[in-house]
Amino acid sequence: MAEATQTRTSASGARLQWVLVAIGIAALIAAPFVIYPIFVMKMLCFALFACAFNLLIGYTGLLSFGHATFFGGAAYFCAHAVKVWGWPPEAGILLGALGAAVLGAIIGFFAIRRQGIYFAMITLALSQMFFFFCLQVPFTHGEDGIQGVPRGHLFGVLDLNNALTMYFTVLAIFLIGVFAVWRIVNSPFGMILRSIRENENRAISLGYSVAYYKLAAFVMSAALAGLAGAVKAIVFQFATLTDVTWQMSGEVILMTLLGGIGTMVGPIVGAGLVVGLENTLATSGFPVTIATGLIFMICVLVFRRGIVGEILARLPGAKNSNS
Amino acid sequence: MTRAFHGSSAEPLLEVRDLNAWYAESHALHGVSLSVDRGETITLVGRNGVGKTTTLRAIIGLIRKRTGTIRFDGKDMMGVPLHGAARAGIGFVPEERGIFATLTVDENLVLPPVVAEGGMSLDEIFTLFPNLKERRNSQGTRLSGGEQQMLAMARMLRTGVKLLLLDEPTEGLAPVIVQRIGEVLAELKKRGMTILLVEQNFRFASRIADRFYLIDRGRVTSQFPVAELASRMDEMHEVLGV
Amino acid sequence: MTMVFGIPIQALLGQLLVGLINGSFYAMLSLGLAIIFGLLRVINFAHGAQYMLGAFAGYLMLAWFGIGYWPALILAPLVVAVVGIVVERFALSRLYDLDPLYGLLFTFGLALVIEGVFRYYYGVSGNPYPVPALLAGGENLGFMFLPIYRGWVVVASLIVCLTTWLVIERTKLGSYLRAATENPRLVQAFGINVPLLLTLTYGLGSGLAGLAGILAAPVYQVSPLMGSNLIIVVFAVVVVGGMGSILGAIVTGYLLGLVEGLTKVFYPEASSIVIFVVMAIVLLLRPAGLFGKDA
Repeated sequence: MAEATQTRTSASGARLQWVLVAIGIAALIAAPFVIYPIFVMKMLCFALFACAFNLLIGYTGLLSFGHATFFGGAAYFCAHAVKVWGWPPEAGILLGALGAAVLGAIIGFFAIRRQGIYFAMITLALSQMFFFFCLQVPFTHGEDGIQGVPRGHLFGVLDLNNALTMYFTVLAIFLIGVFAVWRIVNSPFGMILRSIRENENRAISLGYSVAYYKLAAFVMSAALAGLAGAVKAIVFQFATLTDVTWQMSGEVILMTLLGGIGTMVGPIVGAGLVVGLENTLATSGFPVTIATGLIFMICVLVFRRGIVGEILARLPGAKNSNS
Repeated sequence: MTRAFHGSSAEPLLEVRDLNAWYAESHALHGVSLSVDRGETITLVGRNGVGKTTTLRAIIGLIRKRTGTIRFDGKDMMGVPLHGAARAGIGFVPEERGIFATLTVDENLVLPPVVAEGGMSLDEIFTLFPNLKERRNSQGTRLSGGEQQMLAMARMLRTGVKLLLLDEPTEGLAPVIVQRIGEVLAELKKRGMTILLVEQNFRFASRIADRFYLIDRGRVTSQFPVAELASRMDEMHEVLGV
Repeated sequence: MTMVFGIPIQALLGQLLVGLINGSFYAMLSLGLAIIFGLLRVINFAHGAQYMLGAFAGYLMLAWFGIGYWPALILAPLVVAVVGIVVERFALSRLYDLDPLYGLLFTFGLALVIEGVFRYYYGVSGNPYPVPALLAGGENLGFMFLPIYRGWVVVASLIVCLTTWLVIERTKLGSYLRAATENPRLVQAFGINVPLLLTLTYGLGSGLAGLAGILAAPVYQVSPLMGSNLIIVVFAVVVVGGMGSILGAIVTGYLLGLVEGLTKVFYPEASSIVIFVVMAIVLLLRPAGLFGKDA
């Protein structure tokens, strides 16, 4: 999906980007005083989820159709550790991310054996298997899910039952997560990922063990998606089957596609829009799946760069390249 | 005014004017012009990568990113969809031969639809290519390289096309097969087929061609009839880089 | 009572029959997916929704117009095929020059819309569809009781699969299809209207899904979500079989249905995931799939 991706290379553009990032962070700091914090937190969790997903599709060229496994799986791990074992929230979140990384290693191990469309189908099938696993094992409590997860005290001192404390914790984790994605993408490792996306055979002939890099990217993406899912479990105090369904895997694809595959900010914008739209529709009675399905079709047909991608492509002096 | 009559014999069968073509972003043809009269055999000569194959592919319409004029049999071909070119009467034998692995020899042979009367019957084709008859039920790609080339040509002869675009038919083949292909082309010529041939082996080409077009860097650099070949050998060698 | 590995033979055969019936649907659906993918390079995520559409078409024909099972067996697949043809003409055909993943994403969106619409009007509960009178009742085979309709499903799906396979392998139209699967541009340069062939192929593949749907209507209940989980299992079937082979898709479909049935006997907890496990094992041993050609 290389053509949906642009890399911008102008100095003034870079400066503009930093200004926009600063404005964005300021807006997020101000947000809970204007908007219902729980709603913004939901957006942030999904935005981090989408950024993690974008690490794979946007910068490695792998379409995972099973990312709900890492998001929802981590939510279960975190919720179980916090509620049943009495772990502090930070340890539960860490366990969620680690568990997601392990799941990512397992699923990635199988999926990277095939490319393109097969990769998508294999991740989908394996994540469906994980869904059935969650449906049957006792610790997830089947259809009920894990309810009433205590938020607890972060590092034993910060009371997360306070809405603002919770909010800024989520914001901090979100920023750390997005920064991690940014660091990965702009590291030598990220460069190699991109060269795999552009031309896998060339990367192989240059001597890179492509399978290793793909798996590493898959595990990182899974861990970050898990981070998002685990935080969501703490915020909403439950973990349910909804988060491990293939519909959830589809949703994160939609967020990334709508915002702009392979752009840093795109998935965040996409996640905000999709979550916002779902919130609006939830009260209107119009079925959410029809709306998301329609957006999917429209994006694919006429809008493949996504919102941020289109804006970047139209900026004066913006240079589109496939590098 | 005979020119006004579509398909009149005074008009060339194929007329290409100022043809430009692009592969993705790279500009491959820079204004190729050529014309092929009815019953004529034309050979495009040039080094590898100068645009000979591209010229054929742009004429048949496999390359869609093209500008200029292509008139065939009195019709404008630029707006015709890819499958329209064969229906208008242009047959294409690609360099890689394009034999289908999942089809038998027979199925490969009858795959291209008959577009006009005057094509050969299967019997005539099997007389011309006896090897193919023996291997009718084999998988297409099980044939030898020479047999595949014969099959690639044979399947166009059934269809009644008026113009044959042949891309390097002798490439990589043993001399005895090359000889056989030469005989087949001579026979087709005798039957009045118009042929546009891309050929590196101009000794082979000189036996059947009526005229040569020299191509270099996406342009026609010169053209001359076969009678001038001897006096143009230096120019030929220069164009071919030998 | 006869026992096999400590299991009563009736239970074993009963589950094998269930497996064979599920396998019949897997085979028909993976066949359609394989045909579409072969030519269009599109993984048709809407295949499950089209299967549901076939079942609903039959159900609504009966409810609204009193059209019974037998006419519906022809009409329902036609309706689905026409919908497919429209979708191909106006949308899918615009995506062929792009990464095949876009086709997957588009049909995913399409599936969401189709299922969403039916869920909106018909809820999530199933609607019963009567077994046609001719196929009602059952036969006591001595070792087990065979509901006639279920036997019919197996036979009908075998006929459909074999006919489709024969058409593709043995007819002129089939040779166009095979050739275009190998090299669509060249086939078009030979004068064959490949865009039309693509449209009809998507119609055929969708129609096969619709046919599976109407066949399934009396067995399972007609519900908006009947196709959405099934399609993912069928994806796994397709990965196991390898997408390159039509026959491979059919055989793998039946085989995995039986494997699933056997699992229900010996280790029921794993029956919903066994196909995915098989897929993982095949990926380890033969990444291209059982019948796949590329390495």
